[in-house]
Amino acid sequence: MKSMLVILLSAMLVDNFVLSKFMGICPFLGVSKKFDSAVGMGAAVTFVMACATLVTYPIYTLILVPLELEYLKTVAFILIIALFVQIVEMFLKKAVPPLYKTLGVFLPLITTNCAVLGVTILNIDSNYNLGQSIVNALGAGLGFTLALVIFSGVRQRVNAADTPEMFKGVPATLIAASIVSVSFMGFSGMFS
Amino acid sequence: MFTTYIVPALVFAAIGLLAGVLLTVCSKVFEVKTDERIDKINEALPQINCGSCGYSGCTAYAEAVVRHGVATNLCNPGGKETSAKIAELLGVAAMETVPKIAVVRCSGDCNARSADKFEFDGIQSCKAAKRFYNGHSACAYGCLGYGDCVTVCAHDAVSIVDGVAKIDRSKCSGCGLCAKACPNQLIVVHDITNHVDVLCSSQDIGKNTRAACKNGCIGCKKCEKVCEFGAITVENNLAHIDYSKCTSCGKCAEGCPTHAIQSCDGVITVKPAAQKPTAPAAAKPETKTEK
Repeated sequence: MKSMLVILLSAMLVDNFVLSKFMGICPFLGVSKKFDSAVGMGAAVTFVMACATLVTYPIYTLILVPLELEYLKTVAFILIIALFVQIVEMFLKKAVPPLYKTLGVFLPLITTNCAVLGVTILNIDSNYNLGQSIVNALGAGLGFTLALVIFSGVRQRVNAADTPEMFKGVPATLIAASIVSVSFMGFSGMFS
Repeated sequence: MFTTYIVPALVFAAIGLLAGVLLTVCSKVFEVKTDERIDKINEALPQINCGSCGYSGCTAYAEAVVRHGVATNLCNPGGKETSAKIAELLGVAAMETVPKIAVVRCSGDCNARSADKFEFDGIQSCKAAKRFYNGHSACAYGCLGYGDCVTVCAHDAVSIVDGVAKIDRSKCSGCGLCAKACPNQLIVVHDITNHVDVLCSSQDIGKNTRAACKNGCIGCKKCEKVCEFGAITVENNLAHIDYSKCTSCGKCAEGCPTHAIQSCDGVITVKPAAQKPTAPAAAKPETKTEK
């Protein structure tokens, strides 16, 4: 139980996918303009990460390894991820149309989000068992959500601030992102 | 052979099949019922996504018509037929449409305009020419003549004649794509029933306008005085016609010493100003014919 908690927290804070591993930067910058869409995107990614792990782990251990097809794991995993992204998309279109509209192109882009593929592959590479893998995926998803939510707040403040003309927009956003990233470096070494 | 090629193919086919089945089931479960009228109206629209209806594209307009009951006559390129079709699909009475048409507010062709300030060798587009010292032409407000409007026109209605854009009124649908493309904002889209327009956009003082172009509006305010309906005002050395008051009588065009105000469609034949006795064929004085 204790090891599970360590995995969850380290995936969330120490090895935060966005701010420490620099995976999934595209939605991090694209959807963090508003708090609501940041939460929605985070939830969608967390769901896809957890479900994809739940399916990719058995597929890897029960199908790909016995048949010696480990080299095809990337392709297989992308297939599974695409499946879940489609399901999430349909669900959101039905249940929360405004969120579906705000997320726009970034929703189908979860398919090619390297954070999602990264989680599934890192689970395999770290020799986690199924339970640990799912906890790791949940931690990664929550960390992604956390990063997006924190950054959406930062971004609203930065946009409201009186930045010099040349830093307005993307430059100020990227500088703010780097500072948020630096702040997460404070967690490093916490659980090692 | 079998294990290297066939097995992976089979495994992936199986995974793909399972995913496909799952997705089909999900698409049935999460099916969103869309109003089929939206699709039908969308099909009836011209699909050039010009945005002149005020919505981001044809699909957005179709949605607005069905969901929010927006007027059916907002599509300029579609005109009467589209309005009637939309009304029929919705089962409401067709709304009247006034066709719109684009007008180029510059008549400074190469016969009228003074020599260029310099030769422009850069990218041959109006936007690029405009960025380079406001263009090569003697008049900074006039048509640059590289045909950015010609490129965007979906109806092949714009051409460059003597260095100035000309609209073929039989082909123009009033979508306003050319108006958006013009870096000098020379092209306006207005109701086809407006027969007179100021065919100049120069806000320079009269002396400079005159030096640059023979056909320019010099802001002399003659039209202001001659208009019986108070429809014309001169602001920033340029005449403006208020079409809510204009009756297309053509008096202003007669009075204009530089012929900057003209009949933009030839519907009104304007008697030439007294000091210039020309235009023999169109000598029917002040006849106003309704289309």
